[in-house]
Amino acid sequence: MDPQITQSGPEIWTIIAILGVGTFLIRFSFLGLVGRRGLPAWALRYLRYTPVAVLPGLIAPMVLWPEATGGAPDPARLLAAAVTMAIGVLTKSLLFAVAGGAATLYTALYLV
Amino acid sequence: MRSSPSFWLGVRHGAPFTLVIVPFALLFGIVATEAGLNIAQVMGFSALVIAGAAQFTAVQMLSDNAPTVVVLLAALAVNLRMAMYSAALTPHLGAAPLWARGLIAYILVDETYALAARRFETHPDQPLGHKISYYFGTCATVAPFWYAMTLLGALVGQGIPPEFALDFALPLTFIALVAPALRTPAHVAAAAVSVAGALALSALPYNIGLLIAAAAAMATGAQVELWLQRRTAWTRK
Repeated sequence: MDPQITQSGPEIWTIIAILGVGTFLIRFSFLGLVGRRGLPAWALRYLRYTPVAVLPGLIAPMVLWPEATGGAPDPARLLAAAVTMAIGVLTKSLLFAVAGGAATLYTALYLV
Repeated sequence: MRSSPSFWLGVRHGAPFTLVIVPFALLFGIVATEAGLNIAQVMGFSALVIAGAAQFTAVQMLSDNAPTVVVLLAALAVNLRMAMYSAALTPHLGAAPLWARGLIAYILVDETYALAARRFETHPDQPLGHKISYYFGTCATVAPFWYAMTLLGALVGQGIPPEFALDFALPLTFIALVAPALRTPAHVAAAAVSVAGALALSALPYNIGLLIAAAAAMATGAQVELWLQRRTAWTRK
């Protein structure tokens, strides 16, 4: 992969540690701390959308401006992304979607 | 408790998920190693965080040279959904001993949550011990495979040449992860705002654009859901 992680060891371990503790606290929140009170409806409404709110925004620039081509849009990668998306929506299967996308990417890279 | 039929039922129900866990963990090992993490750090992520999407998010943002605070905020935001899982399991497992609740929380991932929630909903009156055993049964395959396959991925990752275009393994995995989650118009709207916002704000420093886009997307999802509910209620009158 082109972009390399340049942060120092201690910086990376700090991130791992805080992320580990923070994630545990999120998981432990109700089981261990809040108990049976449950979540208000408005909070549930926001929480439901956290993965689809973060992940698409994270990948969009990678798909449109890949590092491997110096940031120029790449037909092979765009096509692979579209195929992965289509298979994912249709089959609901992570496995099929990744396999289909990878097959498309390699075929397209080979042909171009 | 471990030898109970409930435990083995959990094991049987959890086993098919290894088909998803194995490639996902392998990929994390490979991608994180390629990005420049050493084996101890890669394993640190999988052992201490055990949350695939958040781990990928953190590694990607580290490669983007995002500041520590932004890396943490983005990765933790991805995991916020687990508060919902924790709340959903509490009526069933909240009376378990503290050590058990700690362990339950540590391994609370999408797969174990989905299995346990479904089981407890259809069998609400089972004794607490059975429910705990079932839950740990579902984790018995998921967790070991997650660690072992991350390690394998980290070991092979160092030897994969750039022709394999592994730079794109991460986006493809994320798309495959998100696509099945686009179940409702609200989910689609949230994803669309997330993409548009992140692209439009990509020039902002420190990857702050992503955080703003994510917050806007979350609010969009919640609002669209509310709006659709009201509209349905109104048409039914």
